[in-house]
Amino acid sequence: MKTNRVAAVLIILLAVVLLAFTGCSKEEEAKVEEKAAVESEAADEPFKAAFVYIGIPGDLGWTYEHDRGRLAAVEALGDKIETAFVENVPEGPDATRVIRQLAQQGYKIIFTASFGYMDPTLEVAAEYPDVYFEHCSGYKTADNMANYFGRIYQSRYLSGIVAGAATKTGVIGYVGAFPIPEVVRGINAFTLGVQKTNPDAVVKVVWTNTWYDPVVEREAAVALLDAGADVIAQHQDTTEPQKAAAERDVWSIGYHSDMAKFVGDSVLVSAMWEFSHYYTTRIQAAMDGTWKTQSYWGGLADGDVKLSDFSPLVPAEIKDLVMAEQSKIESGEWDVFNGPVYDQSGAAVIADGAVPSDGDLANMSWFVKGVEGSVNQ
Amino acid sequence: MRIHFEKRKTYSAKASVLTPVISFLVSLILTAVMLAAVKINPAEVYAAMFRGAFGTWRDFSETLVKAIPLILTSLGVATAFKLKFWNIGAEGQLVLGGIGASWVALFASAWLPPAILLPAAIIVGAVAGSVWAGVPALLKVKLGVDETLTTLMLNYVAIIAYDGIYTGPWRDPDGFGFPGSAMFPEAAWLPRLTGRTHAGLIFALIIAAVLWFAFYKTKWGFELQMIGNNKKAARVLGVNIGRNIIIALLISGAISGIAGACEVTGIARRLQQGLSLGYGYTAIIIAWMSRLNPAVCIPVSIIMAGLLVGGDSVQIMMGVPSAMGQVMQGMILFPMLAGSIFSEYRLRLSRDSAATAAPTEGGLA
Repeated sequence: MKTNRVAAVLIILLAVVLLAFTGCSKEEEAKVEEKAAVESEAADEPFKAAFVYIGIPGDLGWTYEHDRGRLAAVEALGDKIETAFVENVPEGPDATRVIRQLAQQGYKIIFTASFGYMDPTLEVAAEYPDVYFEHCSGYKTADNMANYFGRIYQSRYLSGIVAGAATKTGVIGYVGAFPIPEVVRGINAFTLGVQKTNPDAVVKVVWTNTWYDPVVEREAAVALLDAGADVIAQHQDTTEPQKAAAERDVWSIGYHSDMAKFVGDSVLVSAMWEFSHYYTTRIQAAMDGTWKTQSYWGGLADGDVKLSDFSPLVPAEIKDLVMAEQSKIESGEWDVFNGPVYDQSGAAVIADGAVPSDGDLANMSWFVKGVEGSVNQ
Repeated sequence: MRIHFEKRKTYSAKASVLTPVISFLVSLILTAVMLAAVKINPAEVYAAMFRGAFGTWRDFSETLVKAIPLILTSLGVATAFKLKFWNIGAEGQLVLGGIGASWVALFASAWLPPAILLPAAIIVGAVAGSVWAGVPALLKVKLGVDETLTTLMLNYVAIIAYDGIYTGPWRDPDGFGFPGSAMFPEAAWLPRLTGRTHAGLIFALIIAAVLWFAFYKTKWGFELQMIGNNKKAARVLGVNIGRNIIIALLISGAISGIAGACEVTGIARRLQQGLSLGYGYTAIIIAWMSRLNPAVCIPVSIIMAGLLVGGDSVQIMMGVPSAMGQVMQGMILFPMLAGSIFSEYRLRLSRDSAATAAPTEGGLA
């Protein structure tokens, strides 16, 4: 008798599933037909490009920007390409598996968008010489693996000018992910910008040791606010630090995306990424067979990094100052780290009139004067 | 009217085969309903999962990569569960094993000959895992401290210590500040068999065989079984319960420690983020579904690894959000756990309000 009861339950469950199946398979058929029609128009198989993300496109920051770039490439290249992305991929051994799976499934160009994917990407690149790999923000390359990044420090510097003019307490909080050169360089550029409008302000740094963790990012921002900061800047993936600042009615500087859109006018300005151009041209090059490995580092002049629109709270004269500095950088007349630049001890690490090489910038692991914090944690 | 659990007196062989199979079918059906509700074709998802996990030899080798730590930790868990010692600390024991092996690989290479660097790393990893399981065992035997709490708590201690080590003192000085130790010297790399599948698979199979023999063919295995079934009777028959708990737990921890040691020497080849991925927790489910039989732990671990690996493929091939993959894994595990409860207990409805409360002795923690 008991088995009968079990059987009855199973039958009911099966019936429910069958109903669900028929419901959705009708829609599926429609979709498949549509797809078939599109495919018969395009004579060739679409070129397959994949993206590996550390967070989710809904983070409204780093991954959001990469996905915006991906969608721009889809827009530009249409049905000649087919793209896919994998989200929430942890840095470390699991990344190797995901990247390999993508190569295995016929993706011809794979973009891996986090620093910690560098060694996994290199490992898989060696195994799949016919697939192009593009790693974002690292320093290792191979014949079929390029690395790309942007001179976001230029936008950082410009956003620092706005922050320096805004602070009343003279303390600016900066939530940093990891003490690696990429982040250190951003903090330094930002601080130099702050000093343009407020030479005595300090930039307090807190490390979170994570790129993407909304809770930890917020906690770090709150700690900085408690320590007297009235402007929050960050090198994290989400808008949480900016939201924490807004909740205390103080200002923040956005990073990655135009965060004012998601948080409000308290985000005075954002240092922004623009991957659209890079993704489109690299996928095109891979399709044409003209792809070559490189270490790409585009700046404001190339359109790979930019500054968002200003919040209405930013005074006109500050906007003018930022614009003037921006055109100096874009024209190549001056760049952020042209000497003299002093470290925390007051020594001129970059001498007066000296221009640091890209190699020096890539390895930057010291803080400029005015930063409160340590690169050794 | 009240519902209560009643322990089954008999347990048929047929049920032991049918329970996991039916549970698995029910999970597939439940998951299908959920997928259909969000307008994703379940048949396509299952096909994608299967292809991603077992489709080609290369895919299968990635599934094995995940199966190795699952087999080892589930064997570790099964050894402790055999005498109803609820060691849910396999995760922490695995992490400690990883730290121990990393210590040898990073710092002992200066004075250890290369030929014994790798064996030393694995042994130190096993010992570290052993110590981590030995502490709760000792506390239980000497002071009667509840092991469920201590083993669970020690997981957090292990994970935080590990985070602190690779982001702090062991951080690669040439790593541009990014968290993670330096790469191990090549002498400390566990050889790979195919793809990323490493020699840990051989350890897993050998340990499973030895445990199977020990559980079912030796007096010691009989003693463990007796302690698990009825402590009082075991004591009356002169079985030294305390000593057996400590021995079993040292072995349990050592096996999980080996899992951690293999992960760092075979896969990452450095100590970095991504060692604690929850294998030690999944292992509890595997051990339970395998009814603590070491031989059964192997196929169950491979199926479970297939679910984990296949979940990622679904994301790639069908554009399903990663959160959906996790929900699916949860949906699949849940009925399996329920199935194992119903195979041990019978649900009874009674009108008798004075009926005794559900027996908790020996129940699922």
